[in-house]
Amino acid sequence: MADPMRIRAQASGDKATVRVLMSHEMESGQRRDAAGKLVPAWHITEVTAALNGKQVLAAEWGPAVSKNPFLQFAIKGAKAGDKVAVSWKDNKGDSRTDEVTVS
Amino acid sequence: MQTRRETLKQSAVVAGLLATAGFPQFAQAAFNKAAFDARSVQDAVKAAGGASLAESKDVTITGPDIAENGAVVPLGASTSLPGVKQMLILVEKNPAALVAMFHMSDAIDANFSTRAKMGQSSDVYAVAIMNDGKALWAKKEVKVTLGGCGG
Repeated sequence: MADPMRIRAQASGDKATVRVLMSHEMESGQRRDAAGKLVPAWHITEVTAALNGKQVLAAEWGPAVSKNPFLQFAIKGAKAGDKVAVSWKDNKGDSRTDEVTVS
Repeated sequence: MQTRRETLKQSAVVAGLLATAGFPQFAQAAFNKAAFDARSVQDAVKAAGGASLAESKDVTITGPDIAENGAVVPLGASTSLPGVKQMLILVEKNPAALVAMFHMSDAIDANFSTRAKMGQSSDVYAVAIMNDGKALWAKKEVKVTLGGCGG
């Protein structure tokens, strides 16, 4: 679905800061198109992140998150070489997963 | 010896607790539609499982004082408190108040940043829902020069 996510995970101390840039329209469902019709809501609803296969974060998003969403969070106990996988699911049923190694 | 009646009663209590507390954090986070449809900050927090609302200095909401573009407003929520179950970011004057809800786990720092749409200048809230149901919040006013919902 769309372009791959850009994920950067950097370890510092015993934490890894993960920055994700996802590519998604994130229609809020409030906009009207040129003909005046409401553009239906199409946005990411769930985001999960896993460290080495174990889920560490679950997030639910509403239509108010910006287009091409950005997310930053910190994982405790992650070190260089660990694998961080981020996945999202949207309200149309599409989903995507991308993985990165902590540097 | 525990009678069958007592076992049934106990499971009913546990089931009731689970139902009101929402999904346990290690289960798949199902999309909490009720919380995202809520129009006011209080309703969204209640639908997410927060009971009492109290302002707290230990919860921080970060964001610009003036947002140039209401379609992309960087907002951050964090807290140093232990025992947080969920963190919510809400924009008071948006058509639907709840922007994002993060389910915590032991491996995560209670510190998130994302970018949100704001329809107009409004207060932005960060709410931390603790394991015992208390909801602690902090707010910040963000002025928006150009509304972010395309209107």
